Amino acid sequence: MKVKTTVGEHVFDVVDIVLTASLAFVILVPLLSILWSSLSDPVEEMAHKGLMFWPKGFTFSAYSMVFKNKNILTGYRNTLFIVLVGTSLNLLMTLVGAYVLSRKHVFWGRFMTLFVVFTMYFQGGTIPFYLTVKAVHLDGTIWSLIIPAAVNTFNLIVMRTSMAAVPDSLPESAMMDGASHTRILFSIMVPLTQATLAVITLYYAVSHWNSWFNAMIFLRDKSLYPLQLILREILIQDETASMSAGTGNDFSLVSDTIKYATIMVATLPILCVYPFLQRYFVKGVMVGAVKG
Amino acid sequence: MTIHMQKGFFMRNKAEKQKEDEARLMSGNLSTGQKLRKDFSVNKELYLLFIPIFVYYAIFHYGPMIGLTIAFKNYSPARGFFASKWVGLKHFKAFFSDYYFSRILGNTIRISLYTLVFSFPMPIILALLINSLKSRWYSKMVQTITYLPHFISIVVICGIIVQLTNADGAITQILAPLGVKQATMLNNPKLFLPIYIISGVWQTIGWNSIIYLSALTAIDEELYEAARIDGAGKMRQLFSITLPCLLPTIVIMLILQVGKMFNVGYEKIILLYNPLTYEVADVISTYVYRKGLLEFNWSYSAAVGMFNSVVSFLLVFFTNKLSKHVSGNSLW
Repeated sequence: MKVKTTVGEHVFDVVDIVLTASLAFVILVPLLSILWSSLSDPVEEMAHKGLMFWPKGFTFSAYSMVFKNKNILTGYRNTLFIVLVGTSLNLLMTLVGAYVLSRKHVFWGRFMTLFVVFTMYFQGGTIPFYLTVKAVHLDGTIWSLIIPAAVNTFNLIVMRTSMAAVPDSLPESAMMDGASHTRILFSIMVPLTQATLAVITLYYAVSHWNSWFNAMIFLRDKSLYPLQLILREILIQDETASMSAGTGNDFSLVSDTIKYATIMVATLPILCVYPFLQRYFVKGVMVGAVKG
Repeated sequence: MTIHMQKGFFMRNKAEKQKEDEARLMSGNLSTGQKLRKDFSVNKELYLLFIPIFVYYAIFHYGPMIGLTIAFKNYSPARGFFASKWVGLKHFKAFFSDYYFSRILGNTIRISLYTLVFSFPMPIILALLINSLKSRWYSKMVQTITYLPHFISIVVICGIIVQLTNADGAITQILAPLGVKQATMLNNPKLFLPIYIISGVWQTIGWNSIIYLSALTAIDEELYEAARIDGAGKMRQLFSITLPCLLPTIVIMLILQVGKMFNVGYEKIILLYNPLTYEVADVISTYVYRKGLLEFNWSYSAAVGMFNSVVSFLLVFFTNKLSKHVSGNSLW
């Protein structure tokens, strides 16, 4: 049975739309302002006060300076390497670990689960972690960003839960046919837990892409720096001198538009793919919310 | 053909035998020693597969836990881990009487509390607003836009904040009529916390609303229909149906948030603070980072870190107990 919409409800709907629209506006405006600033002429950008709603004196000059910057290019290359190799290692370790932990009738199974889960609640902390990585001689290499982050316990538990939900009869009948555990893992479990796998793949890849702290404490050689660490130098520590050199412009003048362009170069690839992957990320929140 | 069949037959036998073994193993008719041997022969492949994971956890998770013992030593890299002398609770005593002890503890709690008061309720309100939207595409669009900041890396987020709030930044200029000095806002101890909290809301309001939105969509539509027939207005529906249905989710999220109080994200603070704002921005984890990795007081900073780990662990433990008690839901 349909009830007639009252005046009060109409007012409510309008207020709702106005509120959500203004919130979306407030969230979007700083980002758009940075996009327009990055496309503006440095002199006019400098003179402009407040947020930008359209570029002033359209030019790509800041972008060409960013793309000529060696550090950004090597940073991009290093980050791609870390994301690809790191995520592959993550998936391999997480799949194998989750499979073993999801098997019943293993004498040491409970011990293995406890061994892994305990680390979610108690950690040694930054300093002992740093000393450990140093002790195994990974510091100063790009592997210090990959191997110590080989497994994320939370993702491992989520994957285990998903594998434990696969009916026992499937792996059992495969076993009857003589399949090994490795074979069962890759031919039965992986296809059946695809949805969860997609989610944790994204989570691992994003965490590698965003990570900068470990790179800051472990790396000394600038040619190994991932993109985020280069961004920190440019955006936070204000090192743009090398990029604007030889442009004939006053340094402080171009500096700002270079920073805006750098932000865009580092963010646009993500923001372009994000709408297509959004539902996987959202699913991830729900997967995580279900008790592991 | 026969060979093939025989092979299949043999395999079947092997698998059946394995099942039998497993059943025997669990039935408890064997002594512990026999059980262990039997279990190892049945599950050998699983144990072998687990070795890399075991080694990883042993080195990179349990290694640092053992390494925490340097908090009770005078560790120096020259002497090495084992040769460094034991000094008991010296570093802990030094920390508790440290001039900065109350400052970093106070800052940690203050930042957490402000986050709890200002950032925590926002996603709930947003979820309520989105849930009441009639148009599907509009609601999708609002969601996509509000989730956006979640996908920007923390370094870039902080870069944006720095850029917008520096001496000639857009936000600094907009706030000029309100009497904000046209100088780098992040150098002003009074403005650090507002910037930290407001940008935090900007980052998380959309993403954190997902969990509430899904709880809202689970509410039975008939409840609302029935309420409307009885003449309940939107406000009445909100307080009598929506909020009571949402309460369990809110309680769990609140408890989890309290459990995380001592883990204030150091990444954002390290990127945003500077010596001018240490008095309001320096928290336990950033202090550990500076003392240990920049000033090389290894043992002292390990002791401070250990204090943080233990307090966090206790907080998570008790809030989890509380959550179990209140809602029957818990982390473990």
